[in-house]
Amino acid sequence: MFDNLQDQLQEVFDDLKGKGRLSEADISVAMRRVRMALLEADVSFKVVKSFVTKATARCMEADVLESLTPAQNVIKVVLDELTSLLGESESKLELAPNKQPNVIMLVGLQGSGKTTAAAKLAYLLKREGHNPLLIACDVYRPAAADQLETLGGEIGVRVYRSDEKDPVAIAKAGIRDAIDNLKDVCIVDTAGRLHVDEDMMAEAESIKAAVDPDEVLMVVDAMTGQDVVNVVETFSERVEFDGVIMSKMDGDARGGGALSVREATGKPIKFISSGEKPDSLEVFHPDRMARRILGMGDVVSLIESAVKVQQEEEEAEATERLRKMDLNLNDFLDMNRQIRKMGGVGKLISALPGGDRMMSQGQVDEHALDRMEVIINSMTKQEREKPDIINGSRRARIAAGAGVTVTAVNQLLKQYSETRKQVKKMMSQYSDMSNNSGRGRGKKGKKGGKKRRGPRMGMPGLGGMSMADIKKIQEMME
Amino acid sequence: MGLFSRFTEGLQKSRESFREDVNLLLNRAPKVDEEFWDGLEEALIMSDMGGYSASTIVDKLRNEAVRKGYRDARDVLAALNDQIAGEFVDGGDAILGEDGIVLFVGVNGSGKTTTVGKIAKQAKDAGRTVILGSGDTFRAAAIEQLEVWAERADVEIVARERGSDPASVCYETIERGEQVGANLVLIDTAGRLHTSADLMRELEKVVNVVRKRANMPVRLVLVIDATTGQNGLQQAREFNGALDLDGVIITKLDGTAKGGIAVAVAHYLKLPIVKLGVGEQLDDLKDFDAKEYAAALIGDFGTE
Ligand SMILES: Nc1nc2c(ncn2[C@@H]2O[C@H](COP(=O)(O)OP(=O)(O)OP(=O)(O)O)[C@@H](O)[C@H]2O)c(=O)[nH]1
Ligand SMILES: [Mg+2]
Repeated sequence: MFDNLQDQLQEVFDDLKGKGRLSEADISVAMRRVRMALLEADVSFKVVKSFVTKATARCMEADVLESLTPAQNVIKVVLDELTSLLGESESKLELAPNKQPNVIMLVGLQGSGKTTAAAKLAYLLKREGHNPLLIACDVYRPAAADQLETLGGEIGVRVYRSDEKDPVAIAKAGIRDAIDNLKDVCIVDTAGRLHVDEDMMAEAESIKAAVDPDEVLMVVDAMTGQDVVNVVETFSERVEFDGVIMSKMDGDARGGGALSVREATGKPIKFISSGEKPDSLEVFHPDRMARRILGMGDVVSLIESAVKVQQEEEEAEATERLRKMDLNLNDFLDMNRQIRKMGGVGKLISALPGGDRMMSQGQVDEHALDRMEVIINSMTKQEREKPDIINGSRRARIAAGAGVTVTAVNQLLKQYSETRKQVKKMMSQYSDMSNNSGRGRGKKGKKGGKKRRGPRMGMPGLGGMSMADIKKIQEMME
Repeated sequence: MGLFSRFTEGLQKSRESFREDVNLLLNRAPKVDEEFWDGLEEALIMSDMGGYSASTIVDKLRNEAVRKGYRDARDVLAALNDQIAGEFVDGGDAILGEDGIVLFVGVNGSGKTTTVGKIAKQAKDAGRTVILGSGDTFRAAAIEQLEVWAERADVEIVARERGSDPASVCYETIERGEQVGANLVLIDTAGRLHTSADLMRELEKVVNVVRKRANMPVRLVLVIDATTGQNGLQQAREFNGALDLDGVIITKLDGTAKGGIAVAVAHYLKLPIVKLGVGEQLDDLKDFDAKEYAAALIGDFGTE
């Protein structure tokens, strides 16, 4: 759905990429186009405005401007800001564990997709082991209750409906019906209403007061334009919904409203609804949504370098952790497990240049790691964390427990202490290097990143290999 | 509430909120300066006219303002009003005014069924013989919904059970229409996203059957919800590409959405606007008037 936004952002970044150093003027040209792309994606005017201001300020900072790969950094800034607009984490339905029944109330404009969403939600809850009841409170739209009843029949969920004219009374009776029929969740489908329709908004408040819902969800059509802010703000004030279901996500609406809803109300998007079938309701994943904006296409390759920078930062973080903790046998074990996850030493070595030759010459003992793990497993927690305490008698005990000779234990400990030394040495080199990190990173980028900055970690039986190498190999194998 | 007052109320809302914006703008910047142009662009964007369209219009107006020496914001806004009204194309009245078969298409929930009901009532009141066809055999209770509208409008309806072939429902509707001498056949279709290739193909098939069978003009009307953002243009493009549309109806203008997407649709696809939906009741249907629509979008400052 974000296809077009993606195209437009891509164009912006293509232009930037063609340039070496960026001037402030380059950035403001790029930002004008980012602004237009967001507006065409129906992101609300005010959100766009604050977004562009924030992103521009961030891009004008020296570390972006003066970096030797500024285009990537600009891209990264834009993407990071977009991601954070979408929300940091997933928001789930919050049902009260000890309440019988829980009540979920759906509200929204006419034609936004509430009834369909109600059925989908019921279906989802049913699959999760709940026993839901649907309550049809739309007394206005012709055949609305029929629609819900039909959908309920299709997914095997009971629907409460009534010839009563008052939706508040129907809602209350529906809850009683749920209690009588031992249902644990009620989903109250309400009529579509305009946020400016005073009577109807008051009615929504009354229904809410009557059923005391655990969750009020607002259904918002992904195709909604600038008005979305007016709408969600009013609904938020009047019925204080807890989250949003974005509907009609199977279309190609760029769905900028998703960005606006959060910014305008602070309320999370909880589900996305994408289709007319009952199983097309999914939990909203902000990160997935962000990745969707980035797209699977060329934008990904454009930002690759930006992401690489980030990965290296993460790696540095992990290294720092290691440095502080010092390397113990648990880390050793972790490395081993990581290697096994990648298909074992054999596969790993084969993937390296010259690896096949090493393998065929029998230079690699594929089972060395397994034996090591057995040995480490028979150590106590304390021994693993502080291998220095492992004296002679402990060694004998460990050997007996692992069913190996004391020599094997000695070998392992020797390998471990060598690796630790190696890591320590690298750590000190690394901290020297990271002292002038900003420029260093830039230079590296220019030289094509041939020289590795990252630490080379001693893998058991593998010589020096960095986490980045491992990651690369892992990617190759996936 | 009567037809006229309801619409004026709807219009009033749009107009008032725009006027608030522009009054603010007028007070803040009585002169036509940079701030004024920014504010104007914002107001246009807020109407869902689209970022590109808004900035194009503002650029054009700026040139005009220089050329014609506008000093007062009111002159600019009057020119803007003319410009927007000038984007709309004529021919919308004939689509329902003349005898024929009209199919209503659009994305889910845009207001097709409701609009069919309102139009049926209006035509019936005008003394015409109207028949409805329930071409939405897919959505749960869509048939029942249209049946209620047929009853309200007091017109005949042809419907088959849910799941039956929509093309044959249309065929039967036309046949029945001929028997009873109907001069307006209104066919509701199932909502579908323009991105669904299967459903679009199904609709093409339905339209082909109708075109083959008909001995009256066949017209296709796209129903768009006024709250729709820039995707509305995409919808119109896709439906137009597949079906060769004759016109557009904008619904839900009784809210605060200004329906600016209609300007883009008219501009790019040259499709006339047939009617406006301004509520959920039988009478909440309004004739389209370009000047009025533009006025509702931008406020009526030139004349006040
Ligand atoms: N406020 C307002 N609501 C409208 C208007 N037109 C339709 N609606 C409401 O919008 C909702 C959807 O209308 P429908 O006529 O069922 O839309 P549809 O396009 O037939 O929907 P599907 O057949 O499900 O695709 C209903 O609740 C209508 O009452 C309008 O002009 N103003
Ligand atoms: Mg319908």
